[in-house]
Amino acid sequence: MKQSLVTFIFISFFSLSGICQPDDLSKMLEEEMGNSNEPDYATATFKTTRLVNGHTNEQVAPGVLDFRIGHRFGAFNTGVYNFFGLDQASMRMAFEYGINDWLMIGAGRSTYQKTYDGFIKAKILRQQKGKRNVPLSINYLGAMAVKTLKFSNPENTNYFTSNFFYTHQLIIARKFSESFSLQVLPTVVHRNLVEKSIDEHDIFAIGVGGRMKLSKRTCVNVEYFYQINKPRDVINSLAIAFDIETGGHVFQLAFTNAAAMIEHAFITQSVGRWDKGDVIGGFNLSRVFTLKDPRKKGTKNEDVQSK
Amino acid sequence: MLIKFKTHNTMKKSVLFFAAFATFVSMNINAQDVYFTKNAKVNFNASPAEPIEVIDAVNNEGTSFLNTTKGEIVFAVLIKGFRFERALMEEHFNENYMESTKFPKGDFKGKIDNLSEVNFSKDGSYKVKVSGNLTIHGITKPTTADGVINVKAGKISATSNFSVKLADYKIDRPSVVANKINETVKISVSANYELKK
Repeated sequence: MKQSLVTFIFISFFSLSGICQPDDLSKMLEEEMGNSNEPDYATATFKTTRLVNGHTNEQVAPGVLDFRIGHRFGAFNTGVYNFFGLDQASMRMAFEYGINDWLMIGAGRSTYQKTYDGFIKAKILRQQKGKRNVPLSINYLGAMAVKTLKFSNPENTNYFTSNFFYTHQLIIARKFSESFSLQVLPTVVHRNLVEKSIDEHDIFAIGVGGRMKLSKRTCVNVEYFYQINKPRDVINSLAIAFDIETGGHVFQLAFTNAAAMIEHAFITQSVGRWDKGDVIGGFNLSRVFTLKDPRKKGTKNEDVQSK
Repeated sequence: MLIKFKTHNTMKKSVLFFAAFATFVSMNINAQDVYFTKNAKVNFNASPAEPIEVIDAVNNEGTSFLNTTKGEIVFAVLIKGFRFERALMEEHFNENYMESTKFPKGDFKGKIDNLSEVNFSKDGSYKVKVSGNLTIHGITKPTTADGVINVKAGKISATSNFSVKLADYKIDRPSVVANKINETVKISVSANYELKK
């Protein structure tokens, strides 16, 4: 009787002390990891800041300089004489920089109508889970371009400001899964000078773009801009690209009916017809340079990576 | 008979008292022997012998618990919390290598094998062997590592250096980057523990 009582108490004592023992730490760990206050942002909705010609919701990271070269050949249907377009070339060269977590700027020069362009892109909303659930991200793009091609009628009174183009765009994007992302881009393009007085200065367009991963490092992108008040003789822009990621840069192989790579031009001035084989091949190259190490706050430019 | 009953009763009482006391003491110990940290530092270096570019990252938000009486130690980090010098490298690390949306954390659950050689109540530096299960990229493998536990003025800190093979945790290293990323990744961990209240 005594013995059994002692044994019972002994056992209960052990089980009592055992309750908070074996998986205790693991449980504490799970709990501690579970109440993290950090929002879980959707990252890498797209591989780079451009889908094909147009922007994505991706921005260059703070302190990172992105050197971009966009290259477009001639139209495929110009035949063997032009080596299926490869004889011709049009390009845009640009430097784009991430100022902070939500703002990036860029400036570029295109051979297309000898155009200079500049833009800012800002994050308004970020897709995230956790503390707050936000299903999509929204960015604003404001772009300006000036064409410096000589005026076709030099005898007219021509103003420098006549060559200005402005684009305002919202980029509404969602990463649906690891491999599939979609974006919608309501856009307005303002042209200071139009050819005829009946032409509208403001063109409204809606872009739709998506990407589908083919593997971890390659994906296919499709992008289409529908113009609501489409100008005469202009075709809506449709483009397809393959992203190939190779370490420090992203290579995009593009097929498009647009000769230009800046908003106002490819949205409202594309003339190529896909059904006639009026398709332009080309590529975008992006190479990033880290100017500021994000791990060291206040680092100056002395540790520029020059590779 | 009556006397016998009485003795039995006292016996019962004293045993119960002992049990209650022991439970109380053991609970008290339990509360005092768990140490934790929320800002353990985890560092890794995956640079090859002759680096084309240095691949290293740091995570300062490791969570760890240490039970000094049982010698149990657990560790976890969020993979997305690793900071690289280059943002693109960080993106590739999360997207292509660690698939951190699918496998958001890495953790270690194990124990100190030579607990008897560590005196947590005496200042000093103690070499320890730790063994347990390491989970990275959704794959759990038994692992052992050498470490050092420092006790100073009641504060406990721990450091450890070990290596993992990428292939063991099914982290792809495509042939195009084979000369840029080391197959064996060096990991170092350091934690300054505080008493869990």
